[in-house]
Amino acid sequence: MIQDILILIRKEWKEVIFQRAGGRQSWVSILILLALLGVYLPYMNGVDWLHNPTALFAWAWVPLFMTIGLVVDAFAGERERHTLETLLATRLSDTSILLGKIAASVLYAWSISVICALLGAITINVLFPSGTFQFYNAGMFFGGIAAVLLIAILISSIGVFVSLKAPTVRQAHQKLSFSIMVVWFVPFILLQAFPDKVQDFFVSIAPLLENNLPLIIGGLFLLLVVADAAVLLLAKKRFQRTRLILE
Amino acid sequence: MTNENISISTHDLRCQFGEVRAVDGITFEVQTGTLFGFLGPNGAGKTTTIRLLLGLLEPDGGSAQVLGYDVRTQADQIRLNCGALLEQSGLYERLSAEDNLDLFGRIWHIPTEQRAQRIKELLEKMGLYERRKETVNTWSRGMKQKLAVVRTLMHNPRLVFLDEPTAGLDPVAAASLRDDLVDLARQHGVTVFLTTHNLAEAEKICDRVAVINKGKLLTVGSPDELRLRKSTHSLTVVGRGFSPEVMAALRAMPEVEAVELQDRHLVVHFKQETDSGNLVQFLAGKGVMIDEVRKGKASLEEAFLALLEEKE
Repeated sequence: MIQDILILIRKEWKEVIFQRAGGRQSWVSILILLALLGVYLPYMNGVDWLHNPTALFAWAWVPLFMTIGLVVDAFAGERERHTLETLLATRLSDTSILLGKIAASVLYAWSISVICALLGAITINVLFPSGTFQFYNAGMFFGGIAAVLLIAILISSIGVFVSLKAPTVRQAHQKLSFSIMVVWFVPFILLQAFPDKVQDFFVSIAPLLENNLPLIIGGLFLLLVVADAAVLLLAKKRFQRTRLILE
Repeated sequence: MTNENISISTHDLRCQFGEVRAVDGITFEVQTGTLFGFLGPNGAGKTTTIRLLLGLLEPDGGSAQVLGYDVRTQADQIRLNCGALLEQSGLYERLSAEDNLDLFGRIWHIPTEQRAQRIKELLEKMGLYERRKETVNTWSRGMKQKLAVVRTLMHNPRLVFLDEPTAGLDPVAAASLRDDLVDLARQHGVTVFLTTHNLAEAEKICDRVAVINKGKLLTVGSPDELRLRKSTHSLTVVGRGFSPEVMAALRAMPEVEAVELQDRHLVVHFKQETDSGNLVQFLAGKGVMIDEVRKGKASLEEAFLALLEEKE
């Protein structure tokens, strides 16, 4: 099955990323992203880039944008281009096809994020040398790349789920963008909607949260893992050849 | 006959979409190493039948085995051993022809060296090798169709399903593909299940054909058997010397129903199957100069249309 997943990853990358618009457009956008997150932002922040947690947030949003374009194409794109039925008529198992599609966008986004982070460290060492090799705090770096991985899996799984149902890429794109906006902004909007007393309560417990930061981060990671597993299972349940053919 | 000799076997196979019975209790067998034509008008149930046989749709009733595997429980094995060209060519148009074939070679786990060799062999055979690096979206419909057929054969399947394989091909390419399909079946023992609207094509290459309409199987048999069912009991004689006396004598014969003469073509319609030798002998005896004699035989197209009308 691993071999089949790798075959699909290769196909997705080759077809959707590197052949889109003759391949040039994709390469240019990747290079712009690397230049921005790997060179420009570290240069502007200086050595702080390696020690300030804002760096983590600066590249945590990358997978959001990197996965959307690829993942909406997963099934809706195949359906739109009339290749889905041929793919389903091959010897590939349902699980291989599903995981291959998800893995293609996860690895794409994740690898670009990791490359950006490493490029950032190189930029700092070249532009702000200190005599010794400077790098991120280990916890921050590994926590960051793990968070990016989990977020990428979550978005890709939601994306594939949306793509399974959408008749066109455009519709899948709209639905996924809307879903992400809901997940992203609804908690903030809800927070604003709470009465002043409740908001004051949140402000009062903020120092308490800061004191238990590792615990909170651990909890958030656990939440992401559970969410990833749940969406993956839903997508797996939704993926049925016999249903896909008729939609 | 052992199961190895039967590549496809269906029994009362059914599939329904809401109120529509797309496939309505069809039963037939396809022998291994033969070309089987599945004929029917648009919306007859041909594509649904292929989807059922590939395990892409779940039957609502009945049973079907493909290469000895059950379509419900062993669809993975069926897809492993079959090739399929479905309604759409299913090519990845942003990829080159070579990349398309390479992908399907990888999917079937063909080792790298063999894969490259097979791609070269198949593309050369179809006259596409020189353009293998071009992305498919720049190709003509006919070239894409050829490539789609090639892709179906990439992994040397034991059985291929071809939905309108010659659609969009020029006459030369279509003839060449037909020859290849016949060769596949005769030389390599591959079973070919093809749907086509081109009845002349089916007549030319298929060992057996089935006619389906509104989900029901109307008949199964060799093209000759189908034609004979529709064949009129008539005789066409091309020649000279059809005098009024000869015509009158013919009309007076008890077995003759009608006689028509147009230029040098005499058409004699019999009431039933009759030995035409006697009539030819009679005409020769009357001094008719005979150039050609043809027994009335319907084309597969005529037989097909008659069958559809009959069952309406």
